Amino acid sequence: MTTGKRIGGSVANFVDERTGAGRALKKNLGKVFPDHWSFMLGEVAMYSFVILLLSGTFLTFFFVPSQEEIIYQGNYAPLSGLSMSQAYASTVDMSFDVRGGMLMRQVHHWSALIFLAAMVVHMMRVFFTGAYRKPREFNWIIGVGLLTLGIVEGFLGYSLPDDLLSGTGIRIAEAIIQAVPLVGTYVAFFLFGGGFPGTIFISRIYTIHVLLVPGIILALITAHVLLVWFQKHTQYPGPGRTEKNVVGFPLLPVYMAKAGGFFFIVFGITTFLGAVASINPIWLYGPYNPSQISAGSQPDWYMGWLDGLVRMAPNWETHAFGHTVSWNILIPGLIVPGIMFTGLALWPFIESWVTGDKREHHLLERPRNAPTRTAVGAMALTFTMVTLINGGNDLLAITFDLSINQIMWFSRIGVFVLPPIAYFVTKRICLGLQHKDRDTVLHGRESGRLVMLPSGEFIEVHEPIDQYARYSLTNHEQPEVVELQLEDAHGVARPGSVKEKIRARLSRGMYGEQVQKPTEKDLLELEDGHH
Amino acid sequence: MSDTHSGHESSGHQSSTALSPLADPGLPPHVYRRADTEPRAAKKAERQVAILFALSAVSTVAFVASFVGIEKDAFIFIPLFGSTQAQQLALGMTLALSLFLIGAGAVHWAKTLMPDHEVIQDRHELRSSDEDRQGVIEVFREGAEAAGLGRRSLIKRTLLGSMGLVTLTPILLLRDLGPLPGKQLETTNWEAGRRLVTDPDGKPLKASDIQVGAVAHILPEMPEGSELTLNDMVKDPVILVRLRPEDFNLPADRKDWVHEGIIAFSKICSHMGCAVGLYEQQTHHLLCPCHQSTFDVETGAQVIFGPAARPLPQLAITVDSEGYLIAKQGFTEPVGPSFWERSS
Ligand code: HEM
Ligand code: FES
Repeated sequence: MTTGKRIGGSVANFVDERTGAGRALKKNLGKVFPDHWSFMLGEVAMYSFVILLLSGTFLTFFFVPSQEEIIYQGNYAPLSGLSMSQAYASTVDMSFDVRGGMLMRQVHHWSALIFLAAMVVHMMRVFFTGAYRKPREFNWIIGVGLLTLGIVEGFLGYSLPDDLLSGTGIRIAEAIIQAVPLVGTYVAFFLFGGGFPGTIFISRIYTIHVLLVPGIILALITAHVLLVWFQKHTQYPGPGRTEKNVVGFPLLPVYMAKAGGFFFIVFGITTFLGAVASINPIWLYGPYNPSQISAGSQPDWYMGWLDGLVRMAPNWETHAFGHTVSWNILIPGLIVPGIMFTGLALWPFIESWVTGDKREHHLLERPRNAPTRTAVGAMALTFTMVTLINGGNDLLAITFDLSINQIMWFSRIGVFVLPPIAYFVTKRICLGLQHKDRDTVLHGRESGRLVMLPSGEFIEVHEPIDQYARYSLTNHEQPEVVELQLEDAHGVARPGSVKEKIRARLSRGMYGEQVQKPTEKDLLELEDGHH
Repeated sequence: MSDTHSGHESSGHQSSTALSPLADPGLPPHVYRRADTEPRAAKKAERQVAILFALSAVSTVAFVASFVGIEKDAFIFIPLFGSTQAQQLALGMTLALSLFLIGAGAVHWAKTLMPDHEVIQDRHELRSSDEDRQGVIEVFREGAEAAGLGRRSLIKRTLLGSMGLVTLTPILLLRDLGPLPGKQLETTNWEAGRRLVTDPDGKPLKASDIQVGAVAHILPEMPEGSELTLNDMVKDPVILVRLRPEDFNLPADRKDWVHEGIIAFSKICSHMGCAVGLYEQQTHHLLCPCHQSTFDVETGAQVIFGPAARPLPQLAITVDSEGYLIAKQGFTEPVGPSFWERSS
């Protein structure tokens, strides 16, 4: 035994005798993880969060969370002599006078963007493959919580440097709070320690940004990953993969090496972006001053949809009994986002209620084989995209030489009209793809080779597919519509309740239209026909 | 690990395959990589991985060199990106490479040299067995019994009551987060006789200082020794516009709020409080860049586009004995975004 092995062995022994870690490790190190590129999206989100923790901690060493006004005398000449908050001044100093400071700010901001983008795309993967179905509903809800907290955290971070753009963002947030009936004004005064902007909100959101929210996010990520661990990962359907097994690579060594390596790749790419692509150049915006504004004010993309909603809202306000209710703020600022996120969180339950499906699912579904779900997802995404586009209406107007008026009306109408269109188009595409799959199984794959028939007609040669491909295209379930039961168990007629009627209606919408997948009978008949 | 088996040997072909064309054929046969079968390919892959790791180390050395060797305030010009701090760029590029190459090496290693046999593991139902569930209920029941929760209702009630009460303390403790709003949202520093001065120079203005078609950004003149705070800056800013007197189409009671075609509005957007900073000279429109609410100066800043619901409050102005513009009175309504207590 080498010295290294001997030392390693005695350390392991020391730890195991005191913790029993060996037993747990033996059980878990060989755990199997299915492999697919789309399973890396969640990993990107998690790694970005780690990068945020690392880079953020560096920033705290230099950032001064104070609104005390000082006169800038640092190295960045254009701001010389200007009055600004310590928060702003320290961020400028960190950017120009600390070696690597600018880089760390950029890495922090880029990883925030990647963190949120990865969460959104990961969520889309989970949605469109039906990975949230029983038993994984908790993880779906935790995911919605993480996305919400991520957005809040990003917004608070963006507000910390106290530059003109971020101050404007906070002002708008304050106006939304202030618009809440009954308590809004009080809540705003409590949060800001008096009238806006006051002198304390930076230090308050600092604590929330570096301690409270990251703490909660960390706890939620831990719960999220532990659940994945215990429930085992879902897998794509295919030959050899069933509801009862997991097919993939063991944690040690393959998965560990790939995942560990991937962390460094994400970190490397984030750092590269931070190095070459400057975002949020706060020294160009200047310090926050409520009487100033920069044209083309834009929030980060993950807030853009909210800004777009606010921009397109009709200007309704109610004045009655000495009080004001600002629908123009409440609807886009609180009510619509509330509906969006509640709907998102409840989706797994809504779906399983409509389908009546209470079984466990560990095999994912191909989006085309769940046309209604896919169409609903496309509808929600289209809605969000329209709001996001409207959030950049001023930039679009300049870039494409349109008037803001045109874009505004496009969005106001589009937000109602385009999502249903997306729904129908997506559903048709899915059904078309189901058709194609059916044809492929029955008649083989298009080979791209043309042959001329004796009649002079050209046909494309179809090559039969092997049993693995055939299985991949036919293993999915095609559920039945939940029909309204108009007779009870004894055959006596009974009226269905309203709830049951709604459900039957939805269920028909969900499963009423399917392209029947090929059955063994179809295949056998076809073969008979050939001989 | 009893429930793990290597996929390709054990999966076998189900005997039904021959019968049913749609049955699960099991995992496809394993395809071997070159490095699995050819020692030379394996050796080559090993070298590639090592080179990636070694290059990472080189890059880290370059990082150290950039940290000590490049001046903080040296700038270099990069096409497309413009002028950049040379040191930050060098630090970023070298660090990015160091990290990326470690990752690339590890992934390459895993892909070419580590076993790529897929493994099958069984799943087990998550639900606990009925006995386990019963057992838990038992334990709870016994625990509750032993503590006498059922019998000692006095303890139960006082405990619940005191816990309920103690949770209220945080609410009280948070009370001093801020003062009550009072009338703060409804007041500004504007009052009768207060001079209009330019922002940021603080110069008083005569009517003749403003051309027809021009705008001026205005703050109230503060008495000697007191200065405007940021909190004042959220309410006091005013924007002056001069049109020809005949251009206006104002409500009757506001006709004399204008002085020789000079009209003054709160610069704080009635929507969400951004500064209404843009003026379109041809159309006489004031525009808020935040959500594009557009206000028509001629009709007293009525909203003609965008989400704002109310006109910008107008400040009545006139001139004092020396000919300087002054406020005739304070604002007659709260400026800025709406709030529940606002009465109009
Ligand atoms: C999910 C997690 C996080 C997100 C989405 C996030 C996002 C952001 C963003 C967008 C900024 C503005 C950066 C800029 O352009 O100037 C920021 C600033 C900042 N963040 Fe974070 N952050 C996160 C976690 C953290 C953590 C864990 C810490 C500290 C331990 C931290 C410390 C800071 C500090 C000190 C600043 C202000 C300095 C500056 O703006 O350069 N952040 N954050
Ligand atoms: S704040 Fe001016 S339009 Fe919204």
